Amino acid sequence: MTDTIIDIDCVTKRYGSHTVLKDLCFSVRPGEKLALIGPSGSGKTTILRTLMTLETIEGGTIRIDGENLFQMERNGRLVPADEAHLHRMRTKIGMVFQLFNLFPHKCVLDNITLAPMLTKGVKKADAERRAMELLDLVGLADKARAMPAQLSGGQKQRVAIARALALQPRIMLFDEVTSALDPELVEEVLSVMRMLGSTTDMTMLLVTHEMSFAHDFADRVLFFDRGRIVEEGPPDVLFTNPSHERTQTFLKKIIAAGQRI
Amino acid sequence: MADWAGYMGLMLDGALVTAKLTVLGCALALPAAFLAGLGRLSRFSAVRALSVAYIEFFRGTSIFVQLFWAYFVLPLMGVTLTPLQAGVLALGLNVGAYGAEVVRSAVQSIGREQHEACVALNLTRWQSLRHVLLPQAAVVMVPTFCNNAIELLKATSVVSLISLSDLTFQAQVVRSQTGSTAMPFLTVLVIYFAYASLISFGMKTLERRMTRGLDGLRT
Amino acid sequence: MEWDWEFVREIMPTLLDGLRITLLATLLGSMLAAAAGLGFALLRRSKSRAVARTTGFVVEFIRGTPLLVQLYFLFYVLPELGVLLSPLTAGVVGLGLHYATYTSEVFRAGIDNTPRGQWEAAKACNLTPYQTWRHIILPQAIPPMIPALANYFVAMFKETPLLSAITVIELMSEARSVANSNYRYLEPMTLVGVLFLCISLIAVPALHLLERRFRPTR
Repeated sequence: MTDTIIDIDCVTKRYGSHTVLKDLCFSVRPGEKLALIGPSGSGKTTILRTLMTLETIEGGTIRIDGENLFQMERNGRLVPADEAHLHRMRTKIGMVFQLFNLFPHKCVLDNITLAPMLTKGVKKADAERRAMELLDLVGLADKARAMPAQLSGGQKQRVAIARALALQPRIMLFDEVTSALDPELVEEVLSVMRMLGSTTDMTMLLVTHEMSFAHDFADRVLFFDRGRIVEEGPPDVLFTNPSHERTQTFLKKIIAAGQRI
Repeated sequence: MADWAGYMGLMLDGALVTAKLTVLGCALALPAAFLAGLGRLSRFSAVRALSVAYIEFFRGTSIFVQLFWAYFVLPLMGVTLTPLQAGVLALGLNVGAYGAEVVRSAVQSIGREQHEACVALNLTRWQSLRHVLLPQAAVVMVPTFCNNAIELLKATSVVSLISLSDLTFQAQVVRSQTGSTAMPFLTVLVIYFAYASLISFGMKTLERRMTRGLDGLRT
Repeated sequence: MEWDWEFVREIMPTLLDGLRITLLATLLGSMLAAAAGLGFALLRRSKSRAVARTTGFVVEFIRGTPLLVQLYFLFYVLPELGVLLSPLTAGVVGLGLHYATYTSEVFRAGIDNTPRGQWEAAKACNLTPYQTWRHIILPQAIPPMIPALANYFVAMFKETPLLSAITVIELMSEARSVANSNYRYLEPMTLVGVLFLCISLIAVPALHLLERRFRPTR
């Protein structure tokens, strides 16, 4: 086995007759920061959701840490994974959503402590101490008792990041985490992610439309189009000297829309 | 006029019986509503089928028929109920069936993104329901539960027809003893209305307490 | 106690007679509920605050009190005031007014949902208030309400057994009288339940059909 934490092998995903992912293959090394870019509907969010087991796949295999995500062995045969298997696999993965998905009926602190207490049996006092550390990390220690409705979008998203981190996953998935934010709030979220990228050895996959952030942040960039990876490479190469025509067109459009790369 | 106090006493006795029926009926309707409402969302088709059968049966036949059936037919099967028991059983199960649909639609009204957040945080189905979905759904349920409770209060009047001496029954007693019609019926109408107002006041207070901090905002 | 099919065959015609009255009461009650409900809704929108408030209170009061007591009131109190109603008329009036308080909410919501622009356009066309209601607002507001109204008519159907308490000879009272005279409750009571369930089960797909037919176009 080579040194990979995620192995995606020939994955196919369909919604009805529409194929979203076509024989998709790629792998990720531990600690790698990967940016997934491409036009909307190209399948980049779908692969993140699939890794989080929010979607199922029709073909291919996904391995996390060498272990099959959607199938397990029973009596020497591969069978669809049961809830217990998925539950165990999910402990390795955390996800941050485009629309934050905070629990509106719980205060910031309870949003963060809920899952560690329920899924890992962490004691309340320990969970809260850890949550406060995380809130400190994302710069929101003073908002511990606030309700989500009282926060700005950028603050909500930082809480959502802290909530995902509280479970100490080895892999973090960021699904267009700044797309729903007002422009002036984008930077506060990006700076938290930048800090995470430089201070932790977590494997991070992000789907983003912020090209300059992807450029600075990622070790490797994958360009998706119509359910396939068209081109991949280190950001310096892919952004400045893309070899594929569709990548060039996409980046031209992005620049024309006023983004810096 | 001297007897008026006596008749008033009769009606207050009836008011007590009506209150008791309403409270006990609600006490049965609430768990029935949650069991059947969540049952309809179960992963197991047998549980779903059972819940649907219960809900459709009790919503499809009239409360009146159910009450008579509980009082007159159940004894033939060896289950003898007092009028109060029959009343509470029929009222509770009937309103519980309507409440089940409230529970189901409230849980379903919680956005998909909340389910997904639960999966991403690795909560089990039960944990998601208990800590994330139900607390949010409960806020949605309260106003409709309030209406259901008032419907139950109003439906208690039919137990007078199986000779349970509730408010409506006592009004009839007073009418037949005094020959006066407007006084007893107006009095009980006012008492029923006072009860209904009490229920809606209580539910509004509850709703205000539950939504505090939520600010009606959900993103 | 054994189920007796012979007895069922014997009492079925009587029960069906009762069902006829039940359906008649539901039909007439629904018509009254629709008309009075619209009336309540319009009065609640009255410019005169006294009228609007009083209507609001009356509607709340009728809706907060049991239909059975209201039926008694119509049946026993009105004759003293010189208004003589047949049992069926009293029953229909009771059902109609009681359910009018529910349908008035449906009308109110439907009217409120008509876009402001329609009122303004009607004014710009120089229509009188009556013409505006008659030709612009109600034709748009009513079709989307039909499923909700029908829902209440089905609910009303299930409350018709209450009419037996004021001596209307409908399904329930026919059943009780055959039960009492034969000392057999099992068949009559079960059959009443079955008949109600049958009609409700027919009503469910009919309601879905109405919902599809009148689903508001957005």
